[in-house]
Amino acid sequence: MADIRSNFLGIKSPNPFWLASAPPTDKKINVLRAFEAGWGGVVWKTLGSQVKNVSSRYSAVNYGGHKIMGFNNIELISDRPLEINLKEIVECLKLFPDRAMIVSLMADNDKNSWHELIKKVEDTGAHGLELNFGCPHGMTERGMGASVGQDPEIAKMVVEWVMEKATIPVITKLTPNVHSVIPTGEAVVEAGTNALSLINTIQSVTGVDLDTLVPNPYVAGKSVFGGYCGPAVKPIALKFLTTLAQNEATKKIPISGIGGVSTWKDAVEFMLLGASNVQVCTAAMKHGFRIVEDMIEGMNNWMDEKGFKTLNDFIGKSVDNIVHWEDLDINYHHIAKINQDKCIHCGLCYIACEDTSHQAIDLAQGKPYNTYSIKDEECVGCNLCQLVCPVDSCITMEEHRVAPEYINWVEYQKRGLPLNDH
Amino acid sequence: MSIINNRLSKEQYEKNFEDIHPAFENKDAALVEANRCLFCYDAPCMKSCPTSIDVPKFIKQITTDNIKGSAHTIFTSNIMGAGCSKVCPVEKLCEGACVYNLMHDEPIPIAKLQRYSTEMAMEKKWQLFSRKQNTGKKVAIIGAGPAGLSCAHVLSREGIDVTIYEKEKLGGGLMTYGIAAYKVTPQFCKDEVDYILSIGGIEIKYEQELGKNISIDELQKNYDAVYLAIGVGLARQLDIPGENMEGVIDAISFIYDIRNSGFNKVSVGDKVAVIGMGMTAIDAATQAKRLGASEVTMLYRRTKEEMPCTQVELDIAMLDACKIIWLAAPKEVIGENGKVTHLVAEKMKLGEPDASGRCAPVATGETFTLAVDMVIKAAGQTPYQSLVTTNNLENQNGKLKVNHSLTNLKGVFAGGDCVNGGREVVDAVQAGKDGAKAILDFILNV
Repeated sequence: MADIRSNFLGIKSPNPFWLASAPPTDKKINVLRAFEAGWGGVVWKTLGSQVKNVSSRYSAVNYGGHKIMGFNNIELISDRPLEINLKEIVECLKLFPDRAMIVSLMADNDKNSWHELIKKVEDTGAHGLELNFGCPHGMTERGMGASVGQDPEIAKMVVEWVMEKATIPVITKLTPNVHSVIPTGEAVVEAGTNALSLINTIQSVTGVDLDTLVPNPYVAGKSVFGGYCGPAVKPIALKFLTTLAQNEATKKIPISGIGGVSTWKDAVEFMLLGASNVQVCTAAMKHGFRIVEDMIEGMNNWMDEKGFKTLNDFIGKSVDNIVHWEDLDINYHHIAKINQDKCIHCGLCYIACEDTSHQAIDLAQGKPYNTYSIKDEECVGCNLCQLVCPVDSCITMEEHRVAPEYINWVEYQKRGLPLNDH
Repeated sequence: MSIINNRLSKEQYEKNFEDIHPAFENKDAALVEANRCLFCYDAPCMKSCPTSIDVPKFIKQITTDNIKGSAHTIFTSNIMGAGCSKVCPVEKLCEGACVYNLMHDEPIPIAKLQRYSTEMAMEKKWQLFSRKQNTGKKVAIIGAGPAGLSCAHVLSREGIDVTIYEKEKLGGGLMTYGIAAYKVTPQFCKDEVDYILSIGGIEIKYEQELGKNISIDELQKNYDAVYLAIGVGLARQLDIPGENMEGVIDAISFIYDIRNSGFNKVSVGDKVAVIGMGMTAIDAATQAKRLGASEVTMLYRRTKEEMPCTQVELDIAMLDACKIIWLAAPKEVIGENGKVTHLVAEKMKLGEPDASGRCAPVATGETFTLAVDMVIKAAGQTPYQSLVTTNNLENQNGKLKVNHSLTNLKGVFAGGDCVNGGREVVDAVQAGKDGAKAILDFILNV
């Protein structure tokens, strides 16, 4: 069995699966249930000044009969009294000393408020702090949350305040509601943050009720922009994560990956692209804490199969496999191939290619089953047919290099090689 | 042993004749299946439907909560889409062609989804079609069965006034009179006819029969065109001794009685033999059993390989505990006091393929005898040969000869069972559409 114990900034947990700062980590009862289920750690829901929440709080995007492809919330930071939260954190730490206990913070925008809050939280014995610079709703209007994360100067200032006071590791959580996470990332690294985490939720409107004409989530006939998360945001999170993992300044410190992690596979992908561990919320909110069982077993089995003994053996392994477009090998070419034995004649490859791509699939009429085959000379190797095919491994992409040697776009132009051969 | 009615309690009848293909219980159940549909291009299901219903489209419309659009898609191709969803042998049509079969997975329940949309449309009385401006043209249709109704609906949409002459008291044809009661109820058949007529411009004159109170000559004079959708109706005779004895009945009459009377009014034997293995034979055998016959035996002169019914239909009969005797042909009905007591059958073997392409049954000379008190003949139906011949209609053994729906008589068109000899409801609906198209070409462009 592989060793999936995680060590993040010296904070140890039996596995790299933490619950992100969110409703599942708002109370002792939830956190204890999570620890009993096997979660490696939690980031306690953000503490700060007293707020008031509304109802509804959530809405979702469903797709193709599946619920919650994307999830949206308009909930604020913890609305429970600070003292109760602090007391419960102490109790949880005592009952589960082997689990990671990080506390998310969002103090009012002055140094004293931050220092006071840090002091109180450190007194609980928590292992680390996460600065919430990402919440995109409610708190931003008060100059907090994402409005801090969106301005590198302000973010830097706040981290500096925090680092003056904090004696335990500090993770700065970044907002994706920016064109790039690098400016804020670099600024907070310069200010001394010990680690980064991302992404927080993405501002969104999940839909409009076609009877009432009110967007959701519904609050007395009105709605508000919410924060989007869940499986739908994973690709965006992976992109932001990779930019941090490739940046000279930000790659020096650990990153905790967040954004649509639902399975062990998602977690492995985040870690391959540079995350040292992952944080989960939506998947747990959809299915309960029991999902961690398969996350643990699945990651373990995959590591055994790949020969990875510890997490560090694979963290960041795929970072260098994302390059600039100019560095791609233009001589690489592949062509789709349809396995006629597996083909079920649904025609989805054909209509996708014919209507929207390169007219590279031939249709031979049959009753009731047509036969579809690739016109090799027309296929640009775009993958569309393979992506729409409902049968596993029916369409494969076969390598047909244009020439054996690697050549990139810059070199290609230099040599005056032919353009638009398709 | 005797042929009697009222064998069962009210509850037993109800249970025995309840809907064999129940509807989805709720929207979510329909959505689970609708979302499985791959939305195939040039879909095999659509190509396997005689009326070419755009199946992927109507299923997609269920998933987008556009049930009105879904029903419109179905009815545009098949105005009897609701009835067809209950009576079509989908296992050899759309569902049989579903690509999921090729993945060794359950096909999409197309019929059930079709029922979902069409029943909602009927229930909510959605009027999904409108009539074009009146053309001032009039068409007479004989027969308010699937072909006649389908033809009438297309013509009405095009602004033509249609009068249908129907010999029965109700419309729907074999849908109303010739199909097992556990597939469609009389109320449903009536509702379906009413729904089709709700577009307006179609009048049905009931109890009007060709050769009795109407004539083709007269209709030719009073209308711009005539469409014959008279169906087939005569049960094929067995031509064996004892065939006229009391207790020998043809399947069509038997089913007609079940559809017309209450279940408890229809008499059935204690031990029943059914001759034939087509859809009608199955409907007769299973219903005889469900009316309370203690033993039903089906005889077919060929083997399972050649049977005209589908496996799904055979399964219904077998689940109803009907006995099946393959390679057996009726030879003589024996009785006492004019009432059936026995059926003598001859064992057959398969010979060379005949005109139908199937192996011909050949007599072996060996016979066996079944003790029965009722024999139901379901060996096929024959067209109204003398009726069409006396009306100077060109025909082949009674089946009307047509060229693009046009008969040899000027302005007289025909389609459905009276032309094809008896096929599925869905084939008749398509014939009605084809007939309407030919009629429109004839009266609007000539």
